[in-house]
Amino acid sequence: MRVTVRLFARLRDLAGTGELTRDVPGPATVQTVWNALAAEMPSLVQYEKTMSVAVNAEYARMAAAVHDGDEVAFLPPVSGG
Amino acid sequence: MASVPLVAVTTAPLDLQALTAAVAASAAGDGAVATFAGLVRNHNQGRTVRFLEYEAYEPLAVRVLGRIVEEARAAWPGARLGLHHRIGHLAIGEASIIIVAASPHRRDAFAACRYAIERVKQIAPIWKREHFEGGDVWLEGATADPDDEAAKQAAQRIACA
Repeated sequence: MRVTVRLFARLRDLAGTGELTRDVPGPATVQTVWNALAAEMPSLVQYEKTMSVAVNAEYARMAAAVHDGDEVAFLPPVSGG
Repeated sequence: MASVPLVAVTTAPLDLQALTAAVAASAAGDGAVATFAGLVRNHNQGRTVRFLEYEAYEPLAVRVLGRIVEEARAAWPGARLGLHHRIGHLAIGEASIIIVAASPHRRDAFAACRYAIERVKQIAPIWKREHFEGGDVWLEGATADPDDEAAKQAAQRIACA
């Protein structure tokens, strides 16, 4: 199945792109998608403990299920305001 | 004149007067309106700031701002809020966020306004990149978790201090 991955702020800089698509074997969770991404881009791993994640623009947990066509976002610690 | 939404994430300059009018229109008869504007400061952690660049995960950010308005309304019944956050390139002195809180009484208006800015800093998926003399850096604050009750209670304590 194919998912869209969104990356923001420094995660986007580290990856060199804010949006990419990846094929992951199902059934998958956010963790599955992250593991594939982190294996591909080891510089992202430093954010594993501090990032938040979202599925289809709703905050989610790493254990949340991911389905074909979903958008999975990885969010570094926020600094709005 | 186009109607002003109560929550928004926008690249356009923020208009506190227009947002105040929009909130007041839904709060006729209230006795208090508290407003807050966060501005781009010219210095940070000993650095001379040139400008800031804000980025958001927009669809989630709009939802989160709406959630913060609902949280404030639940904590201070009768409070009505408007909350706009700007993204993109912001010069020194420009407003990055404006908050309007109306309530029958001033205590709740001040508290709801303060609560909203604290929650934005905790859970809104928005980031600023500081461009300073000699470089740039992404600022990183809180790990966003809207279900973190301890963070929510901390924001309420600050709001009521």
